[in-house]
Amino acid sequence: MITVNGDKFPWHDGMTVAQLLAEKNYKFRLISVWVNDCAVEKRLFDRELIPDGANVQVIHNISGG
Amino acid sequence: MAIPEMKLLAEWSYEPAKIHRGYSRETLYIGLGNKDGNYKFEKRPVSDDMIEKFTGGRGFGLKLLWDAVTGDTKWNDPENEIVIAGGPFCGITQYPGAGKCYSVFLSPATKQTYNSNAGGYFAPFVKFAGFDALELQGKADRPVVIFIDGDNYKVQIFESTLEDINAYTVSEELHEYFAKDEDDKRTISVISSGIGARTTYWAGMNFSFYDQKRKVVRLKQAGRGGGGTVLYDKGVIAMAVKRTHFTGLENDPADIKTIQRCGVSVHKRIHDLDDTQSKMRSVGTAHLTEIMDAYYILPVNNYKFGKHKDIDNISSQTYTSLFTQGMADGCWYGCSLACAKAVDHFYLQTGPWKGKPVTVDGPEYETAAGLGSNVGIFDARWSIEANFYADHYGLDTISLGTGMAFICECYELGLINKEHTHGLDLNFGRKADIMELIHRIAHGSDDFAIACGHGIEEAREYFAEHYGADMQTMKKIGMCCQGLEASEYRCQESIAQWGGYFLTLKGPQHDEAWLIFMDMVNKQLPTYEDKAEALFFFPNFRLWFSLQGLCKLPWNDIEPADNGIKYKGVEAARVPEHLQNYLDIYEAITGKPLTRDGLIEQSEKVYNFERIFNLRMGRGTAKYHEAPDRALGPVWEDEWNERPDYFDEKLKEFGENIDGLSVKEKIALLQKHRRGQWEELKMAVYKRRGWNKNGIPTLATVKRLGIDYPDVVELLNKHLRPEDEF
Repeated sequence: MITVNGDKFPWHDGMTVAQLLAEKNYKFRLISVWVNDCAVEKRLFDRELIPDGANVQVIHNISGG
Repeated sequence: MAIPEMKLLAEWSYEPAKIHRGYSRETLYIGLGNKDGNYKFEKRPVSDDMIEKFTGGRGFGLKLLWDAVTGDTKWNDPENEIVIAGGPFCGITQYPGAGKCYSVFLSPATKQTYNSNAGGYFAPFVKFAGFDALELQGKADRPVVIFIDGDNYKVQIFESTLEDINAYTVSEELHEYFAKDEDDKRTISVISSGIGARTTYWAGMNFSFYDQKRKVVRLKQAGRGGGGTVLYDKGVIAMAVKRTHFTGLENDPADIKTIQRCGVSVHKRIHDLDDTQSKMRSVGTAHLTEIMDAYYILPVNNYKFGKHKDIDNISSQTYTSLFTQGMADGCWYGCSLACAKAVDHFYLQTGPWKGKPVTVDGPEYETAAGLGSNVGIFDARWSIEANFYADHYGLDTISLGTGMAFICECYELGLINKEHTHGLDLNFGRKADIMELIHRIAHGSDDFAIACGHGIEEAREYFAEHYGADMQTMKKIGMCCQGLEASEYRCQESIAQWGGYFLTLKGPQHDEAWLIFMDMVNKQLPTYEDKAEALFFFPNFRLWFSLQGLCKLPWNDIEPADNGIKYKGVEAARVPEHLQNYLDIYEAITGKPLTRDGLIEQSEKVYNFERIFNLRMGRGTAKYHEAPDRALGPVWEDEWNERPDYFDEKLKEFGENIDGLSVKEKIALLQKHRRGQWEELKMAVYKRRGWNKNGIPTLATVKRLGIDYPDVVELLNKHLRPEDEF
């Protein structure tokens, strides 16, 4: 189990940042991701593995109205 | 065809003040008399205190309006004014988004102060003509056109000969009338409203600029709050300004190199990153439709639902294919963000211009949602036509969209019927009948159309009194507050955005704080104190743009590529590098340094003054900060059943045992809990803002901000009660 934006979320072996975003249906273009307080560069989303028990923050940098 | 020559009624010549460090330090006062033809013109000085406390733009507007009216003045009294002002940034060409101005007036819709902004050329031209603000008061004795000749330094009032007062006609005619030739048309900007100003409270002001590539007049709207209705009530069909020659140094800035440095960096960023960020240059704010849909934020059928299966019909891809591409669409020189999208060669299907090809400005997101999903219509071409006529008639597309969404739901609930609507079938999605309603509202065609055009708050009174409609039901579903219809975001699942809409100065307009993602998705505001802090910082930061003559979009609709990982938490949402640009440019223009805290304090002075102004107008207390049930959660079973598991989970989070409860009982329970959350939020926000429990700024707050003028203190002493102190 991991925590995503404060909520519990199921973890699986080999889970990457890109997979997590797909599973959460987070489709917005401007997303920044922090895993255990470390920023993950966008180009690494496909490769960066999320460890079990991680605290993940997915920030939608959307400006809005 | 050119209009007949207009008779000159009054003329005044003046010696223009030289602009220095962003200010001319003079305002223009135009008095129209009291339907007696007694026209009056004055230059009025801008004091050091006015600059220090009110900065410019909206701040100047509020100060001048405060001095012009009393607590008893109504929107249609001659004492009411329309004040239009840019600010010290207004007119610079080196940094994007510096053509904005604010229009300030007592509103027919909200019965208190309102301020509405528009981009384009008008405000820079007025400034270059020598004025930090334009103050219009009184009522003309006949329909007039006001012309500010910034080339020859004179102001003229003409008897209007315009037969058609709709915006595209008036703007085209007056660009033609006041220009020497085709090239000269770009030196003119016109403010007009439209026929909707005669009977509705929804008429905004259209600000024109001439698009030389297309050879057409384009319009930007200060749409909200009924400024166009006030303009028409004054007998003013249009105001035009002309300024032929100007440079990028008209503001006489202290340090042009810094402005250029900041400008170059952000222009490059827009060039490099816009296509992968907000796509302002290709689709403008309409890029938001499918994003809102994906997160249940798109308003569908009067905000009942948050997404719809037909979203592709109004997606950014659809609008991109309809907007003309490859043309610079900036509304003022130097704005490379260029969000002013247009649909060219659009053949209208209805109304007085049926069959005619036109260029349509927009739609922006608010219009695509308000005159689209929120009335149950997923047809971009229908929305474009509705957008055109709303602009042409002078109608605010947001209030029109939200107002009609409310009316459609009243119709579906049987609160009103076909007899009341004079034959219109106003179920959601009825394209032909809803379009006909737009034409009828604009023309004030019948009692129903006139009631609708007075806005949700007055319309529901009319529906209750004349049709026997249930007021309690209408209060639950009408998305309005303080007399203003909500803009087009479904805020049910974001407590912070309840405040962003309903704890505001002028009603549920999204220009104070847009916190839905930060709160609901990112979960960056977990406590009431966090939410209150955001509802302190962002309204004040956003208000600062309105003091300077700036558009907000270049602040956060483009950002450094590493902004989201370089800065953590809420700080990233402040876009620190762009914030620093604004501080640097402020100093580079005015010669006065400004810190982050100083920036917020500049805004706080005006924010609190505006709140106190509304108190003076008989409002401005906690009871006017109310949120309808629809804003807080589902009202009817079909809304709950869109996401039953989600809402069940929300009830469980409150510790409720929901076994055996009907959907109706669950809705009542969720509403009860959320009403409690709303009250907690309200108190946390009031406290953070330095207000008392009744939502009134305290004496300590106004003293800290230096706005403790004797009349302000006297007013507060009448309303501040010991039992309301925190």
